Amino acid sequence: MGNITLKQVTKNFDGHEVIKPLDLSIDNGEFVVFVGPSGCGKSTMLRMIAGLEDVSSGTIEIDGQDATETPPAKRGLAMVFQSYALYPHMSVRSNIAFPLKRAKMDESLIQDKVTKVAETLNLTPYLDRRPGQLSGGQRQRVAIGRAIVREPAAFLFDEPLSNLDAALRVNMRLEISQLHKDLGTTMIYVTHDQVEAMTMADKIVVFNAGHIEQVGSPMELYRNPVNKFVAGFIGSPKMNFIEVSESVNGTQVDCLGVRPEHLELSDTEGKWKGKVGVLEHLGSDTFLHVDIPGVAKLTVRADGNCAYEYGDDVFVSPVTEHVHYFDNSGRAVKTA
Amino acid sequence: MATTSSRFLGRIMISPAVALLLVWMLVPLAMTIYFSFQNYNLLMPGMQEFIGWMNYEFFLTDPAFTESFFNTLQLVCGVLFITIIGGTAIAVLLDQAIVGRNIVRILVLAPFFVMPTVSALVWKNMFMNPVNGLFAHMFTTLGFEPFDFLSQAPLASIILIVSWQWLPFAALILLTAIQSLDQEQLEAAELDGAGPMARFYYIVVPHLSRAITAVVLIETIFLLSVFAEILVTTNGGPGYASTNITYLIYSQSLLDFDVGAGSAGGIVAVIIANVVAVFLMRMIGKNLEK
Repeated sequence: MGNITLKQVTKNFDGHEVIKPLDLSIDNGEFVVFVGPSGCGKSTMLRMIAGLEDVSSGTIEIDGQDATETPPAKRGLAMVFQSYALYPHMSVRSNIAFPLKRAKMDESLIQDKVTKVAETLNLTPYLDRRPGQLSGGQRQRVAIGRAIVREPAAFLFDEPLSNLDAALRVNMRLEISQLHKDLGTTMIYVTHDQVEAMTMADKIVVFNAGHIEQVGSPMELYRNPVNKFVAGFIGSPKMNFIEVSESVNGTQVDCLGVRPEHLELSDTEGKWKGKVGVLEHLGSDTFLHVDIPGVAKLTVRADGNCAYEYGDDVFVSPVTEHVHYFDNSGRAVKTA
Repeated sequence: MATTSSRFLGRIMISPAVALLLVWMLVPLAMTIYFSFQNYNLLMPGMQEFIGWMNYEFFLTDPAFTESFFNTLQLVCGVLFITIIGGTAIAVLLDQAIVGRNIVRILVLAPFFVMPTVSALVWKNMFMNPVNGLFAHMFTTLGFEPFDFLSQAPLASIILIVSWQWLPFAALILLTAIQSLDQEQLEAAELDGAGPMARFYYIVVPHLSRAITAVVLIETIFLLSVFAEILVTTNGGPGYASTNITYLIYSQSLLDFDVGAGSAGGIVAVIIANVVAVFLMRMIGKNLEK
């Protein structure tokens, strides 16, 4: 099936350590998202799982078998690339059939499978076109089709939506999530977009500078980030950080973090007094940028009917149970 | 160049160059056409007169014409075949990460900078000479009779020499084409279970088709007019065995001093070149439009 276990995997490029020793286990049927800023090693990790990059040390196990030295084609994994990597001189049909043809499958069986996949992905009218004649979203679906048709143990997605426009990205996000529910196959999905990570994942792996910061479900990461990096990376808009010098449960803390949605506004009283700066009206919500002199600039989420205007005086206070504290090394300090 | 006036100005500005090019091209062409209908032999001065299609008849019915026509065909096709196959192989090798890759690239490119007469002389005297040539030494060392390339296989030898000159050109164009191939396509094919040969055949070769088309078109233009290599090696011989149309025209007009027949041959060559060009454009030109 699709269990993947990484044990003490590292990667060096010319003596430079890109991936520090890393352990991770992915269960069959899980939708795992690798998320992190660019250059954090998430794509390299995915390519190592695919077999497109050598592992410097450590082992990769697929279904309990050591697959560290297995050639890519024999790992039973299918990958969807950022550039889609469709074969431009072949029709959509031949693109999807290519992996089956390479596997020397029976011609009539190939046609059956291609037809079925094309139906699932609404590609039937385009089967005889070339990739160059398709739109971005259609190309994306062909790339997914080419992956599905192999019936792999796991799918690997390398930032598959970053070349699409915003509206299409939301659609494809849903389609991929739906596909995961339908197929129930393990999926590993690399993105730098925390919204994609939050909306699609069963399990998020936050990468930073070649190591894993935290592994957990989207809500776990949102509620209990283990450090300042994860706290700032997950959630949109970003968590507000305020420098403090307090003692919480006997630990010295340097930083207080509170999300925009966990700040309350008041005309009369509150913890901090400030001036309303730029307002961003999204219709359903309004984001206010409030400047608190001597403290910080805070982003506050208010509802869409918010009546404040630029330059208004306002009081801001955090909701106590949603405040995070971090010590001087950035680690989260438990409040309870 | 958006407004009418700027377009008009643009046309005026380029018109001197266009006019000059037209004169440069049309005057010699018109003179050649004129001479091709004249009985004009430098050995018989004062006998110049209009003789209609006689020169063409003379040139086209000459048995040497048929032979040199097929020689031209063999020369062009042979060199194209060798340079495309060899050029692709060299391009694939040069694309690999090897130590001193830049030096190797310059070395591979070097033959293209050697002028045709020099390279033909080097081949003739240093390699193919039956007494002193390197090949003769190799043959005698191995216990064989030295092979006299230029008299026993003259056309094949010339094809070899010209191929050596054009191989770097093909390799260079195909190398840049290979380097523009999206690596993710190759990786996708690898994941799809395609081995190195299948990746080359299904991904690299189709990707190269446009570049190959360009190489074929450009090389054909130059290969139709191969001349220096023949002049310094075989002089078109033995007999007409290594004479191509270009060389035949030279021997008609400058060795036999028959300007009229030479001009007729020149016009025939222009027509052949145009037929080949149209044929090539039709056959593979659509590759370039993709």
